[in-house]
Formats: sequence, structure tokens, C-alpha cells
Amino acid sequence: MSSKLRILVPVKRVIDFAIKPRINKTGTGIETKGVKFSINPFCDIALEESLRLRENNQDLVENIHAVSIGPLKSQDILRTALAKGADNSTLIETTTDNDVEPLQVAKLIKKIVEKEKSNLVILGKQSIDDDFNQTGQILAGLLNWPQATNASKIEINPDQNNEVFVTREIDGGEDILKSKLPMIITTDLRLNEPRYASLQNIMKAKKKPLNKLKPQDLGIDKIENKLEILKIEEPPSRQAGVKVENVDQLIEKLKELKAI
Amino acid sequence: MASYIAKRLFSRSRVRLDTLALVEGVSNGVSPASLSTITAATEIGEPVTAIVFGSNGDSVAEAVAKTEGVSKVLVAKDGEYDHCLAEKVSPLLKKIIEDQKFTHFLTAGSSIGKSVLPRLGALLDVQPVSEIIKVVDPTTFVRPIYAGNALATVKSKDSIILASVRASAFPPAEVGGATAPVEQVTESVESGNSAEFVSEQIVKSERPELGSATRVVSGGRGLKNKETFDQLIDPLATKLNAAIGASRAAVDSGFCDNSLQVGQTGKIVAPDLYIAVGISGAIQHLAGMKDSKVIVAINKDADAPIFNVADVGLVGDLNEVIPELTKKL
Repeated sequence: MSSKLRILVPVKRVIDFAIKPRINKTGTGIETKGVKFSINPFCDIALEESLRLRENNQDLVENIHAVSIGPLKSQDILRTALAKGADNSTLIETTTDNDVEPLQVAKLIKKIVEKEKSNLVILGKQSIDDDFNQTGQILAGLLNWPQATNASKIEINPDQNNEVFVTREIDGGEDILKSKLPMIITTDLRLNEPRYASLQNIMKAKKKPLNKLKPQDLGIDKIENKLEILKIEEPPSRQAGVKVENVDQLIEKLKELKAI
Repeated sequence: MASYIAKRLFSRSRVRLDTLALVEGVSNGVSPASLSTITAATEIGEPVTAIVFGSNGDSVAEAVAKTEGVSKVLVAKDGEYDHCLAEKVSPLLKKIIEDQKFTHFLTAGSSIGKSVLPRLGALLDVQPVSEIIKVVDPTTFVRPIYAGNALATVKSKDSIILASVRASAFPPAEVGGATAPVEQVTESVESGNSAEFVSEQIVKSERPELGSATRVVSGGRGLKNKETFDQLIDPLATKLNAAIGASRAAVDSGFCDNSLQVGQTGKIVAPDLYIAVGISGAIQHLAGMKDSKVIVAINKDADAPIFNVADVGLVGDLNEVIPELTKKL
């Protein structure tokens, strides 16, 4: 295997994080018409990290490839990824109305890993719409590669055959894992602060490669979700609370509510 | 009654209904999140077998064996399984699930559970269900999506059900009189491809654990700096015997450790009392605490969204309000 890094960054188009989602009238999904979509924040962090790996080690990274799975509109976020610095990209265009589940997504990405000869896949730890937190780990399982989830720091040592040290956020603190390539890393929020794409780079990105494929082109004839969504509903709403004037009233109210 | 009959019928219509639950140990026994997982497991159908990993497995197993609802405990006692790395435990879990024909596998939605569950899903070709908050029937579950802004009821078509459990949605199983048999796991499976554990740094604290505390005092950006955070939040939390939490803004600004973050991407808590100090109440944060029983908001901005979910709100300068509150409690 080449000693250089060929990084694959899967990115997902999701409803913008600042928007409160509305449930559709039939109670089967989330209203998407006229809603602002953006790149999933954790995917943005994954992309940023791969760009920084290249910037910090000039000769280390051979290629950064962005891939997205979804409707044709997902090409917008691939253009954004290209504008930020990805070299080339693939859109796997799906036609289903429903989101593709992590297991199916991971199976599709595995095909791209093989096609692009990737040896490092950096993904967001979860997408902020379905909140699964699964795709990276499933992909690692399918490929039988090592995995490091919730990364808050990534260090690669080119002198030691590209040994990778990943600091992870875990319950109660953090730990450090060490691995050889190839491997899978998923990103936590604290890993980095993603950059903005400059107008000049946005213009340049229009000329960068964006390869459109159908799942069939990768030998996957049918995307079959295994979780049937029976209904989507609003969480129970909270009773309106009261505002108090001062600390004494606050304590009195808490006693009344038997909270203290 | 109806659901009981349905359960009986269901269990007869298959060979059997058996749940394997991954249990994590803490210094003094079973992790609270794992006890909640056992409760969720008992709601699926009897019997529940617990599995424990690591070189200290025996002592954890001893505690699990006393837990109500657990009918058997398996111990994979090997230094290999310390830290429960997904690459090491997933292949063994797959073998045990297939050999002993478990129909369900549950784990807490902890950092370990989140790391292991999907990898196991890949090995079994199963789509796992993340962070269930309700068991409707043995194949149907409710889980929050979009940062808790919607609840999805999903039915799995897989023959083996894999799921993680949101601990705050299920009460912990009672540890007491039960005496389940403990069996050692003798087989082993190599994935041959694992990351290696180097070191860990756990934040030491005398306080209750954030995820399972009955009271939480959380600080946000409004505290301005680490000094104020420590000066105001610590004494109040001590007075209430509460765990300390924080908003993402507070963590990012370095007021406190990452592991204290409450929210969609941090800890999900549902204590009896949640006091939000200087926290505006972004969607991301609300996702982590809006199932608390009583929410108190103290903020100088009367329009802060946190007041929309607070049972009791006080608009005021936290530099004055918090010391006064601490003193008067």
C-alpha cells in the first residue's frame, strides 16, 4: 500500500442546525419544502480535519475525496466541500424519499473506499437529523478496519509508518488510541473550527470533478431500509412555567414543586 | 394485560425470546446506565442475560448477578477486553449471539455502547436502533430524532434486534436480592485489526455522576470565565449535592471539562431538578435536558429561549442571584 494518505470524507446534506424542524401533516416525516439545508456540522469538521492534515504535513496527503449519498441537491454540499479544498468528489444519487439508513450508507461508502483506494476515512460522529451515530462504526466493521470514534485530536506520525494517535471524548473524560492505517475516524465537535470557502475558491470548485453515480453503478441494486417508520410525532410539550421576582420566591416555588 | 398476552403469544410463536445486555462496570459496581439498560431489556421479554467484559469482570459480574431481572451473567474475563474496544468485543458478541440464539442485544447509549453497537450491526448485517426511549413491543421502539424535536416510532424488520438505550428514559434496575448464575465465557474471536489503547484521563470528582444525578446545576456562556464558573456553580452544586453540567459554549470557552457538556452531542440528562445558569437554551442544549422534571432558569436576558421550557424562571444578574441562592438554601 502506498505510504501516502488517500482520505475519504463522507458528507451529508441535512436541515440546517439552527432550524427547528416541523413534522409533516401525515405524521410520517419532517417537512423539507422551503427549508434551508446545509452540510452536517460534524461532516464539516471531518472535512476540515482532512484539509489540516494536508496543510500540516505537505507530503503526507495524496488525495482528499468527498462523497455524499442522497438526492441530486446533495451536489451543493459537495461543491462546498470542493471549494473548501477537497480534490474531487462523488455523488451517489438516490431516489427514495426516505433517508438511507446507516447500514446501507456504509455499504455504499465501502464501495467508494475500494474504488478510490482510500486508506483513511474521516466521518462526522453523527448526523444531526437522524441522530444515529452509527455509519463510521458500521463501515469499520464491514471493512474490518480499526475505528476511533468521537475524535477531539488526530496526530499522524509520518516517521513511524503513518501511525495515527487519536484522542477521543469518552464518558467521564478522554482516552488515546493508537492505530496503523487503514482506519476509520469519527469526529467530535471539539476537533476543530471549520473554515469558510472564499468566493474565489467557490468559483474554482465549479471546475473540480464531481462524479455522479447511481447505487446500481456500484453493484447495489436496491437500497432496502430495515427500520419501518410507523410514525413521527411531537415530543410532549412542557407546561408553561412561572417567572419569579427574586431568590426568596424562587426557593419558595421550588419547595412548592418539591424540587428541594 | 393485553400487552402481557401479546408477549406470551409472541414468545411462543418463536423458539424463544432472549435478550443479551452489555453491562459496564464502574468502581463500585454496575454503571447506572447499564442498570437502566437492564430495565429496558426486561421490558422486551424474559430472560435477560448480562455480559461483562474485562479483567475486573468477576467483581462487576457479582454485582450484576444481584440485579433484579437478570437471569444469567456471562463474563469474558480477559485483559484483551479492558476498555471494551469495539474491534475486540464485537466479534465475540456476534459469536455468542449466533451460537446461543439471542434475539435481542441491548447496550447503554454510552461512549462504549455507541462504539460497539454499530460495529456489531455490520458483523451481523443488522441495522441497529439508537437510543431507544420506549419499548412498544419486542420489535417496535420509540427514539428521538432531530435533537429530540421529534419522536420516531420504528419497527425493525431484522431477525436479530440490536439497540442502544437512552439511560435517562428508563429507571435503573434494582440491585438486591437476586442471585443469577455466573458463567465464564471460554471462547474467543480475533478481529485481527484493532486500534490499541494508549492511555486515558478520567476527570475525578466527588460529585454524583452527571448522567444519573437527581440534581444538576449547569453553567453557560453567561458565566463569562472559568473563575466565575468555579466560584458560582461549585458551591451551589455542593449545597444541593448536584452534578455539574455545562452548555457547549461554556465547554468551548474552557470554563470546564468536555465531559460535562449537556446536549444533543454531549450527555443526555433527566434529573428531578435542573438549574440552568447563564444558559440561553439553544436547540442543541435543550435536547440534552428538556426531560428533566423541574427546570429552573436563571438568566439576565428575559427573552432567552430557556425560559420557554423552564418551570421557574428568574431574570437577574447571576453574579448576585447565585451567591444569594447558595446562601439561602
